[in-house]
Amino acid sequence: MILRSAFAEHEVHYSTTEQSVADLHGITAPTLLSDCNKDQPLRALLCLIQAAILTLRFRPQVVVSTGAAPGLFCILCGRLIGAKTLWIDSVANAEALSLCGKISIRVAHQTLTQWAHLADGQRLKFTGSVL
Amino acid sequence: MILVTVGTQLGFDRLIEGMDQIALTLKEPIIAQIGDGSFIPQNMEYHRNIAAPEFEELVGRARLIVAHAGIGSVLTARRMNRPIVLIPRCASLGEHRNDHQIATAKQLNSLDEIYIVQSTLELQSVIEKIPTSIATRLQASSDARKLRQAIKGFINFGHI
Repeated sequence: MILRSAFAEHEVHYSTTEQSVADLHGITAPTLLSDCNKDQPLRALLCLIQAAILTLRFRPQVVVSTGAAPGLFCILCGRLIGAKTLWIDSVANAEALSLCGKISIRVAHQTLTQWAHLADGQRLKFTGSVL
Repeated sequence: MILVTVGTQLGFDRLIEGMDQIALTLKEPIIAQIGDGSFIPQNMEYHRNIAAPEFEELVGRARLIVAHAGIGSVLTARRMNRPIVLIPRCASLGEHRNDHQIATAKQLNSLDEIYIVQSTLELQSVIEKIPTSIATRLQASSDARKLRQAIKGFINFGHI
C-alpha cells in the first residue's frame, strides 16, 4: 500500500487474501483470493482457479504482485493473457528471495528485490525499497 | 516513553541488560519486551511478550524504539513513523544462528530515523541525541520514491 501512488494514473483493481487489509486502506470491492502455500495443494488449486477467473474478468494490461503464492498465480494467469507482469519481493526477505520470488524470475517479465545485495541486475533488479 | 523489543523469536540479553543499565540515567519511562531472555531487568518495566494490538498501542505512545536489527521491528517503526535504534544480533555471541542482522543493519544504515549501534555502550549517547519530541512525520524515503518511479516506468514502458 506504500506503493499505491505508483498506480494512481491508471485504472486499478486490488486483490488480497484478507478483507481486513483492504478495509484498513479504504479499498472498496477488492477480489478476495484463498490464501495458500506449497503445503496445501487443494487450496492452491482453488486459489489458482480464483486467480484465473479474476484475470479473465478484468483482463489487466499489467499485473503487479508483492506476494505470495496467490500473487504468483495472478502473475502466471496475467502472463497467459499477455499482460506485463511485475513481481516485487517483500522487504521482509532481506536474506534471500522468497520461494515465490525465485519462481517469478522465470514467470514474470521483471522481478524486483528490495535489497541491493540480492539483485543480479538482470532478471532480479533492485530499484529501491519501501523502507 | 522508550519501547525496547527483542522480536518474537529469541531472547537478546545483551540489549536488555544494556538498556537496564542506562534506564535510571535516561530519566524517562522504558517498557521492554524481553522474550525468552534470562536477564531480568531491575530498572525498567518489562514483559516477556506483548500481544500485537497492545504492542501497536505502545509503539504509538513511544517516542523511540530500541530493537534488535529484525526487519519486523524496522517495518513497525517505519509504519508508525517512529525513530528506531537497532543493535544487530551477533552469531559469535550466540545471539542468532548467523550474522544476517549485521548485514541487514549495514543496508539500513543510510536511512533517516534509523540509528545503528554495534555495542550497548553506544546506546545512551545515541538515544540522547534523538529529539525527545515525537517525531514529525517521516518523509517518504528516497528509496521508496525510486521504487515507485521504477514501477511507474514498468507500467508505462514495460521495462525497468
